[in-house]
Amino acid sequence: MNCRDALDLVDGYVDGELDLVKSLEIEQHLGACPACKVQYDQVRELGSGIRAHALYHAAPKGLRARVAAALPREPASRMRAWGWRGMAAALALATLLGLGFGLTLLQPGADERLAREVVAAHVRSLMADHLMDVASSDQHTVKPWIAGKLDFSPPVEDLAARGYALAGGRLDYLGERGVMALVYRRHAHVINLFVWPQASGADSGVRSDSIQGYNVAHFTRAGMVFWAVSDLNPEEFKAFVGLVRDQLASAR
Amino acid sequence: MPHLDAAYNLARWLTRNEHDAEDVVQDAYLRAFRFFDGFRGDEGRAWLLTIVRHTCYSWLEKNRPAEVSAGFDEEAPAEERAGFDPDMMVAEGGNPEAIALQNAQRRILNQAIAELPLGFREVLILRELEDLSYKEIARVIDVPVGTVMSRLARARKLLRQSAPLRAMSGLPAAEVKP
Ligand SMILES: [Zn+2]
Repeated sequence: MNCRDALDLVDGYVDGELDLVKSLEIEQHLGACPACKVQYDQVRELGSGIRAHALYHAAPKGLRARVAAALPREPASRMRAWGWRGMAAALALATLLGLGFGLTLLQPGADERLAREVVAAHVRSLMADHLMDVASSDQHTVKPWIAGKLDFSPPVEDLAARGYALAGGRLDYLGERGVMALVYRRHAHVINLFVWPQASGADSGVRSDSIQGYNVAHFTRAGMVFWAVSDLNPEEFKAFVGLVRDQLASAR
Repeated sequence: MPHLDAAYNLARWLTRNEHDAEDVVQDAYLRAFRFFDGFRGDEGRAWLLTIVRHTCYSWLEKNRPAEVSAGFDEEAPAEERAGFDPDMMVAEGGNPEAIALQNAQRRILNQAIAELPLGFREVLILRELEDLSYKEIARVIDVPVGTVMSRLARARKLLRQSAPLRAMSGLPAAEVKP
């Protein structure tokens, strides 16, 4: 390892974020190179200085009570009673009033950003014990469970007859809002289908892309936004998205 | 109400104002609890901090848009940054000298962190005060892990280059690559 590499990695080393091989290499370099050792010592000293002296701003006394008072007693109950159409109306109103709520999705370039979020959420969901909050292939189990947690009534349908088995559902977080994530399986592959209502619910065609090796597709139908993501091959993925568009999105 | 201190600490460092931080935290919890029963555990903390950060940015873009991008240039040479006001070195009167000096140093350090551009400040706070891993930080601020490391390195370099901070610790200036 040369000095340039060592200086690039010294922060990661101090933070304990390097893999074993890199750690050993930089350790060796620091033992032999006084100049880099000085840099290393400085990063370390600064870190302990910050942790010792920088202010950790604990929440002021009244804040807990203030936040608790502001929270609805029954989360989202009002919106749930309105159903997703009411939610869409509320969002449209908020947009009109320029409240900024839900505007993220409407900005140019937001789709790519959201696509990256979708892929990140997909990857996250595949990590241990995070795929499903409710594991069931029965849409009559999944649907009410999700409706009880979110403020809209989601379309849920098992597509097992067409080769895409519903495996369960989950709550997730995308574009600054809670969304429904339906989990489907095709052979060994997992498909995440994210759904949420959108104010400007004009129907749109399917737009798709490949990001970090994952296939991503989205469209809007009947006031609902659909995002699908999977490592499934493009043909089967496309077929799945078509099925969702034809069956799930219109079966509401 | 989990992670309230972490939420407030981040909001306070990003908005640099107590009242604004309280507003942001309240808003962030409203957003979070609208959809979830609450975030528990470390996973929940990183998640909540993501919402707090989003809320901070929305708030800043609306109220103090200049701060969002001010001074944040990952490529610019570090010496372009202005130093800190040496007046900050003045110790508070009435205290024993050592304590006064320490207080002054502490003040300088906090001032120096507070004056870091937003994009560098947030990684430093998330790492040093919230003790998040690079991976967690990457998720909170929505950048690749490699960017977290380089941004953090740069934040530390900027800090070390602030003149009063150097005087305080007796450290030589960070080496600046040509
Ligand atoms: Zn070296």
